[in-house]
Order: sequence, then C-alpha cells, then structure tokens
Amino acid sequence: MANVLVNAPKTAKKGQVVEIKALIMHVMETGFRPGTNGRIIPRNIIEDFSATWNGREIFRMKMSPAIAANPFVSFSAVASESGIIAFRWTGDEGFAAEHQVNITVT
Amino acid sequence: MNTRRPESRGATPRLSEAKSRDPFCGRQKRGPSATLGATALCRRVFLASAAAVTIMPFAVHATPEALAAAIKEVTGDAPLREGKVTLDVPPLVENGNAVPLTVSVESPMTAGDHVKAIHIFNEKNPQPHVFNAWLSPANGRAVVATRIKLADTQKVVAIAETSKGEFWTVHADVIVTIAACIEGVT
Repeated sequence: MANVLVNAPKTAKKGQVVEIKALIMHVMETGFRPGTNGRIIPRNIIEDFSATWNGREIFRMKMSPAIAANPFVSFSAVASESGIIAFRWTGDEGFAAEHQVNITVT
Repeated sequence: MNTRRPESRGATPRLSEAKSRDPFCGRQKRGPSATLGATALCRRVFLASAAAVTIMPFAVHATPEALAAAIKEVTGDAPLREGKVTLDVPPLVENGNAVPLTVSVESPMTAGDHVKAIHIFNEKNPQPHVFNAWLSPANGRAVVATRIKLADTQKVVAIAETSKGEFWTVHADVIVTIAACIEGVT
C-alpha cells in the first residue's frame, strides 16, 4: 500500500476554514525520460486526486506528468460537520490509494 | 582540413572548389570569388544548423502555440482577464524537479460567486498541462498549493474560472537551473 501522509486538524469550530495537506509516495514517472538502457521509461503517474467530506466531494485535481514526484497537495475546506475526510488517488498501472482522517467540528 | 590547405593556396579557387574543399566556412585568405562562396556557404551552414536547433526542441517541448491551444480548450471563447489570481512561485529555482507553487484567487467563495476551477499551464515542458483543480464553496478559500516539475526556464500560467463564467489569469516567469522531466536517469 502506498505511503500516505495527511495533515488536517483533528478539531475545528463550525464554519472555520481549515487547511488540509496530503502527500503520497509515488514516482510520477513522466514518460519522457530515457532510462539507463536508453529506452524511454513508460509513463506512471497519479492522474486523479479527490477529497470527500462525509461522502461529499470537496476537492478534485487532475494531475499531469508535470507534478513533482511524491505529489503534495494543499487545499482548504470549511468545517461543516463532524465526520470523515477521505482521500483517494488513482493513476496509471491500476494505481489506487485511499486514506481517511476523522475531524470533530464543534 | 589543415592537410588540404597547401593545395588550395596560390591558385584562386573557384566557387565550386571552395564548396567541395572546405565544407566548414574556411577562414584562410582567398580570392574575392572564394570569399563570396565562403560567405554563401557560411550562411547555408548557419541556416542548416539554426533550423536543426529550432526544430529539435519542438519535438520534446510544448510550444507557445500548444500553450495557447491548451488555454483555449479551457476558456473557449470567453475573454481572459488579468488579475484576481496570485501565483506564488519562486522566480529562480535550482532544481526543476520540485518547484513549490501556490495559487490563490480573490473570491468570496459563496454559492453565488465562487471559483469553480483553477488551471495551471506551462510553456516549455513536454506537455502544456500542469494540473486542473475543481473547487466549490465548501473550500472557503480558493487556495491550492502543490509541487511541480519545470523542464526549462519558462512562463507558468494560472487561470481561474469563476461560477459567473469569468476567466482570470496571471503568469509568472521562472528561471530553472536544473531541468526536470526529460533528463535521463543517471
């Protein structure tokens, strides 16, 4: 399973804007680089990243080979209700990773 | 080339001779006709090399036209206006493999007026796309940060699409000393 690091507050006041940071380990091979044997290394990237708050999508991002290795994404969200923030990454070669964190909104 | 030089010395070589004997713009003194030939040849060699230089990068790099086309794909016929968007990216980066980039858009982020999407493009990577991010009022702030790869010193363009159908843009110039994306594995 992919190595994921997510940084989101555990608690927040209702209506507060919280910053959510997500990092995942991935080579993000561009498909434009020759390898040691001179042949082009096939593309292997994460194409899609999405975040849901209690099942409602709050953020989606379509990535290209121009995203650095180990993609890091930071975005913000309004703390609406307590629950689960779930993250999902999908990409080439059937890559899929999921992660979730709990947040308590008071 | 040096070994051939004594032959051509003395007699004034003709145009055809100058061409056949010295394919690389001879520098030694010759008759007037030979100088003319050498100049023409020089220009030919220069043009050929210039063409090679200009054509080659196009194979691996997106062009300003590709950038314009990619932008057109997003905006359609809507006008693109400067402003509202802030693109925070270092002006000089040592390593193009990971360039921190933050885009923020001035917007109240309410149901009636919010940023729907943020699109980032570049000029000289193999592809003009960097990322597209879709936002909603649930984000509260229109700020997205990530790390990108840049293959060359180039322009990075950010476009924000609002719920009202407006497109705001800004661009930043970045100088890159170590390129990313296309360098081989060592």
